[in-house]
Amino acid sequence: MLDSAMVELSRWQFAITAMYHFLFVPLTLGLSWMLVIMESVYVMTGRQIYKDMTKFWGKLFGINFALGVTTGLTMEFQFGTNWAYYSHYVGDVFGAPLAIEGLMAFFLESTFIGLFFLGWERLTKRQHLAVTFLVAVGSSLSAMWILIANGWMQHPVGSEFSFETMRMEMVSFTEVLFNPVAQVKFVHTVAAGYVTAAMFVAGISAYYMLKGRDLAFAKRSFSVAMGFGLASILSVILLGDESGYEVGDVQKVKLAAIEAEWHTEPAPAAFTAFGLPSNEDEETHDAIKIPWLMGLIATRSLNQEVTGLKELMVDHEIRIRSGMIAYEYLQRLRTGQDTEGNRAMFKDHMDDLGYGLLLKAYIDNPAEATEEQIQMAVKDSIPEVAPLFWTFRVMVAAGFWMLLLFVLGFYYNAKRQVQDKRWLLRAFLFSIPVPWIAAETGWFVAEFGRQPWAIGEVLPTSVAASSLAANDLVISLSAFIIFYTLLFLIEMYLMFKFGRQGPSSLHTGKYHFEKQQASKTETDATGAGAPSASAPASRHLGDGS
Amino acid sequence: MIIDYEVLKLIWWVLVGVLFIGFAVTDGMDMGVGTLLPFLGKGDDERRVIINTVGPHWDGNQVWLITAGGAIFAAWPLVYATAFSGFYFAMLLALFALFFRPVGFDYRSKIQNKTWRSAWDWGLFIGGAVPALVFGIAFGNLLQGVPFHLDELLRPYYTGSFFGLLNPFALLAGLISLGMLTMHGAIWLQLRTGEPIATRAKHWAKIVGLATIAAFALAGIWLTLGVDGFKVVSMPPLDAIPNPLTKEVVVDPYGWLTNYRQYPWTLLFPILGFAGLGLAILLSMRDRAGLGLIMSGLGITGIIMTAGAAMFPFIMPSSSNPNSSLIAWDATSSHLTLTVMFWAAVIFIPIILIYTTWTYAKMWRRVTVEEIQAQDTLAY
Repeated sequence: MLDSAMVELSRWQFAITAMYHFLFVPLTLGLSWMLVIMESVYVMTGRQIYKDMTKFWGKLFGINFALGVTTGLTMEFQFGTNWAYYSHYVGDVFGAPLAIEGLMAFFLESTFIGLFFLGWERLTKRQHLAVTFLVAVGSSLSAMWILIANGWMQHPVGSEFSFETMRMEMVSFTEVLFNPVAQVKFVHTVAAGYVTAAMFVAGISAYYMLKGRDLAFAKRSFSVAMGFGLASILSVILLGDESGYEVGDVQKVKLAAIEAEWHTEPAPAAFTAFGLPSNEDEETHDAIKIPWLMGLIATRSLNQEVTGLKELMVDHEIRIRSGMIAYEYLQRLRTGQDTEGNRAMFKDHMDDLGYGLLLKAYIDNPAEATEEQIQMAVKDSIPEVAPLFWTFRVMVAAGFWMLLLFVLGFYYNAKRQVQDKRWLLRAFLFSIPVPWIAAETGWFVAEFGRQPWAIGEVLPTSVAASSLAANDLVISLSAFIIFYTLLFLIEMYLMFKFGRQGPSSLHTGKYHFEKQQASKTETDATGAGAPSASAPASRHLGDGS
Repeated sequence: MIIDYEVLKLIWWVLVGVLFIGFAVTDGMDMGVGTLLPFLGKGDDERRVIINTVGPHWDGNQVWLITAGGAIFAAWPLVYATAFSGFYFAMLLALFALFFRPVGFDYRSKIQNKTWRSAWDWGLFIGGAVPALVFGIAFGNLLQGVPFHLDELLRPYYTGSFFGLLNPFALLAGLISLGMLTMHGAIWLQLRTGEPIATRAKHWAKIVGLATIAAFALAGIWLTLGVDGFKVVSMPPLDAIPNPLTKEVVVDPYGWLTNYRQYPWTLLFPILGFAGLGLAILLSMRDRAGLGLIMSGLGITGIIMTAGAAMFPFIMPSSSNPNSSLIAWDATSSHLTLTVMFWAAVIFIPIILIYTTWTYAKMWRRVTVEEIQAQDTLAY
């Protein structure tokens, strides 16, 4: 039995460091492709302004990327340091995509990122574009392998428990690879990253337009963001819906918890738009329901049911009891009583071993659990409903808010009126945090909704942790919080500083603040790309810093 | 193609070694550069020269470490679990030190402020020196055996303490690791910077190199006379389903010499260690830094392989419960996982080497103060 305070702190530490890491990942995923788009236009047309765009947004990309790398290191270390039994129990399956990620994707991304920043003078135009492209490919591939690993945690396919090695072992690599949960998750997550980058570029460009400076630069950046963003937000929402369907299929508990569906309702089930779910009372107070909607989303039919949490818990109780038998025979097999009969009995109950392990939170030997302990484990077999119910709705609301923004932005941008729609520009500027809210709440739903499992129905979180002391965690968690807070402040300081400066930070002499400095001398820059439109309007509006 | 399980187990022992050597020779060099940064660079421009010699490459190089970690997770899950959780605070120390690198490189030169830049320079120093030291200390502890045991369900329990890791022999191993990487970094700087940095780097390469050779020799004597090794007395066949609780291991005062006695050709590894470092110093003194860099890389390879060959097949011997020791035959993943990963490594490692070489070729030059001043906005 592990110290429950230590397990709880380990969860906090993982949650904090993982969610912190994901503040930086989505922007990397999306902005890398936007850099490819901008630089492609530069290579094709030869217009300097697109090179400036690539460099400026690349600068912000770099500030963000540095922290993505920093915090990603933590993720790799942490499985071993804090989830040692997890690492042993599933390393055979879970470790492989991580290692392949390193070989196939992370090397690619990291090797070329240095040339992206420092290779402008030493590479031909096309070579540099290729480098940017490979960075983008690398980061998206990287996300794919990580999500294959995460998809397996949600829905562990292609593997089997072996009592001889006391762990899960891979039996089909292709099943792990083509895990339907992983595939849907990959597209949903990557597209969400693209949306994040589009909002980021659009919001900051809107700021320049509101300030009336560097208009040519801002408008072009905004246009790229609108095209990229609209396409991405549509995929996120469609794939999110696909994700819901997939969850309804393989993660019934998560779906029921997100929807606060305590009882199985007659099909098609109603969607609860508002309510106050309570795990204690096992019901949702003050619920406002929309008939039919959930049945349609989750099952895409009018006659299939969405199973309720209470019915699922009845099933869990049966599986916990079966898991106790599995544990009993596992012990016999591991202590040398390797007989045909014991093997057969174990095999019959093996799939429920994970449920038996849920009892480990209360007793060392689950086979000897009391009735009371079994009931406690049944209660544990579903996640806390209220946080899931709410975070899911926040994510969906954020998604639709961004859809609205991108539709309007795309429309007015196409009509070349966006510059005059100051309310819309303001909405974009103040909505910069929205994609991050969506991404964080989305991950919260995915991971918190997986509880009580570290590996769905295979390994409970309470068993997965390392054999550390609660005190160890107090020290390390405090250190993470202090370090991460400092890093966050530094990162935001740089982002705001360079965000405010805009393309002037490139020191080309062509942009707003440098023009101001160069007294009244007209410093006409080279060729077609020079932002000529910025002159008169900017005088009285533009002083950012 | 199906490869025998026992062969794959051996191949993965080699491959993990390859990844660690890859890390030491590439990113270890960057760490050496970080360690030297505050001492070799006088003034901001010189420091920027130093940083920009590794600026385009350190991030890619670091992936050798990340991939080595991932490979241990996938190929030796129990080793990953036991070592990372057992060495909890040591691992976190290395991790927090590594934090300083990505932000140090990228943020340092973005602000024109003396205090800001000097703070990041020390950050890069910590990010270079501390992990180099910690990884050496970890190796030093592996050689002495680590106090841990496994229970019936293969949950690892570490029974030592953080300060127990900082014993004299382990500290010596840490210094060897720090010394060899610093020397490697010094020769790199000699090759890739102009005067006066190059001459200073040459000077450091000599001093640190000689100290490392002395420490390596001392560790060898100490290991022979004063550190107990381990020996497998009995175990299941090599291709058996891996179970680390089915073998018998005893402490053997000369256990780490068994392989050298039985296979004398393995003595080439310590010879490579000495010869590599020695030649590197000589070549560096004669201003042949290019060849010198290759030699110091070979020397580092020799030193790592010396430790590996002494311990084989042990990966993580247990001092408190020798039978729980993790060895290359019984701490591995399943046959299928090792096979899949083997092919991934066979396909991707050559590709990685090709494009990494391309990036080095493209960025190859002596970085000078004039260049840094000219490209003010782009360089790190």
